[in-house]
Amino acid sequence: MSRIEGTIERLGALAIDNLVALGNFVTFLATALLYVLAPPYKPRLTIRQIRTIGAESFFLVALIGVFTGMVLGLQGYNTLRRFGSEGALGTVVALVLVRELGPVLAALMVTARAGSAMAAEIGSMQASEQIDALTVMAINPIQYLVSPRVVAGVLSFPLLTCVFDVIGIWGGYVIGVGLMGAPGGSYLGGIAQNLTGHDILSGLYKALVFGLVVMWVCCYKGYHAERMATGVSRATTEAVVLSSVLILAWDYFLTSILL
Amino acid sequence: MDAITGNGKGSDAIEVRDLRRRFGPQQVLNGVNLDCPRGRITTIVGPSGCGKTVLLKHLNLLLRPDSGRINIEGLDVTRLSNRALDEVRKEFGMLFQAGALFDSMTVFDNVAFPLVESTRLGRDEIARRVREMLTNVGLEGMEHKYPSELSGGMQKRAALARALIRNPKILMLDEPTTGLDPTRTGSIHALVRDTQQRFGLTVAMVSHDVPQVFEISDRVAFMHEGKMRLTGTPAELTAANDPVFSRFLAGKAAGEGRGAGAL
Repeated sequence: MSRIEGTIERLGALAIDNLVALGNFVTFLATALLYVLAPPYKPRLTIRQIRTIGAESFFLVALIGVFTGMVLGLQGYNTLRRFGSEGALGTVVALVLVRELGPVLAALMVTARAGSAMAAEIGSMQASEQIDALTVMAINPIQYLVSPRVVAGVLSFPLLTCVFDVIGIWGGYVIGVGLMGAPGGSYLGGIAQNLTGHDILSGLYKALVFGLVVMWVCCYKGYHAERMATGVSRATTEAVVLSSVLILAWDYFLTSILL
Repeated sequence: MDAITGNGKGSDAIEVRDLRRRFGPQQVLNGVNLDCPRGRITTIVGPSGCGKTVLLKHLNLLLRPDSGRINIEGLDVTRLSNRALDEVRKEFGMLFQAGALFDSMTVFDNVAFPLVESTRLGRDEIARRVREMLTNVGLEGMEHKYPSELSGGMQKRAALARALIRNPKILMLDEPTTGLDPTRTGSIHALVRDTQQRFGLTVAMVSHDVPQVFEISDRVAFMHEGKMRLTGTPAELTAANDPVFSRFLAGKAAGEGRGAGAL
C-alpha cells in the first residue's frame, strides 16, 4: 500500500513540477510581451538586437540559401526530367523554398547562430549576478533583456526568410538553368505564374511564429540557467535543441492550418 | 549598544523582524532579527552557508521571505508591489560579490548605466558625474577600459562607483573583498569607510574578513544557523565570550594561518 502511495506521490509531484515549469514558461513570454507595450520605450535596444539577430545573420542565411537552392535545382531538374517536366523547375524550387524550406532552414540557422549566443549571454549574466544588478537598479530585466529580443526576432525572421527565398531561387536558377540546361524562360515565368501571395504570406507567417518561439525559448533557457558554468552550457544546449524541435513541430501545425 | 543609534535620528534605517525563508528542505533564514542604524556601517559575519548572502538578497528584495518583516525607512517592503519596490530600490546601491559589472560595456558605460536608464539627465551632466565618481573611488583615467581589463580590486571600485552614482541612502555590500589580497582588502575597507562618511550612508555589509572588518564596522551581527546569535559593537562581540563566536574567530585565524603557510 505504502509503495503504491509513494509512487502516486512521486507521479503527482512530477506532474506538479512540470505544470509549474510550463506555467513559468508561458508567464515569461506573456510578461515579455506586456513589457513591449509598457514604458519606458527603448527602441535603441531593439535596433541593437535586430543588428545582432538579423543583420549579422545575413551572410549565413544567404550562404545556406544559395546551397539549398542549388541542390533543389539539381535534384528537381533530375526528377522532373523523368516526367519531361523540366519547365516546372522554377515553380517547384520556388514553392518548396517559399512555403517550407525558407522559413524552417533560416530559423534553424538563426537559432544555431544567434539563439545559442543569446542563451549563453543571458545565462552568464544570470550566473555573474548581472541580472540581479539590473533588478537592484530598478530596471526590469525582462523588459531590458527579453522584450527587445522578442521584438527583434519577430521582425528579423521574416526578413531573413525573404533573403533565403530570393537567394535560393537564384541558386536554383544558376544550377537548373545555367548548368543543367532547363529552359530559363519557363523557370522564371513559372514562378511568376504559379507563386501566389498566399504562398509567400504563409511562409512569412511561419517565420514570424518561429521568430517568437526561438527568442522565447532561448531567452527563457538563458534566464533560468543554473548559476554556474555548467548551468550556462546546459542552458545553451537545451535552448538550441528545444528551439529546433519546436520549429519543426510548429512547422507541421502551421502547414496544416495555412495549407 | 544603543549609544550608536542614540546620536542619530533615533531610529534604524533597516529593521528586520523574524525573517524566515526555506529552500526545499533547508530552513536558510530561521527567524532573523536585525537593526541597521541610519548613517552607520553594520556588518553581518558568520560561517559559510549560514545564510548571510541570502539575508542580503532579502534586504534588497531580490528574494521574498516566507514570513517576517523588513522595514526600510519605516516602510514594510515585503508587502510592496514590484512597481512600488522599484521606487524604494532607487534609494539603494548594491555591490555584488563578483562586482556584476556588465562585461559588454566600458567602465564609463557601467557607471553611467543607472543614470542613462532611469534619469533624464543630459549627456554632459552624466559624464561629469561619472568622472567625479570614478575619481572618488580612485579610478580616474580608467573610463574606457572593459571590466575584463581591470584587476579584481579595480572591478570592485568600479562596481562601487556604479552603486553610488544615483546617490543612494543605503549601500549594501556582499563580501566586497572576496578574492583580494590583504593590502587591497585594506584599501577597499578604507574606501568603504571614507565613502560612508562622505555621503552619510547607511551601510549593510556581508563580510568574511574577520576580524579586519571590525575596524570599520559600527555594529556587527554574527549569524549562525539562520539567525543572529550576537549583535553589538565589535568590542561587545569580542567581550561576549560566546563559545560559537570564539570558535568562528579561531577558525578564521587558523584558516588564515594555513593560507599564509601555503604561500
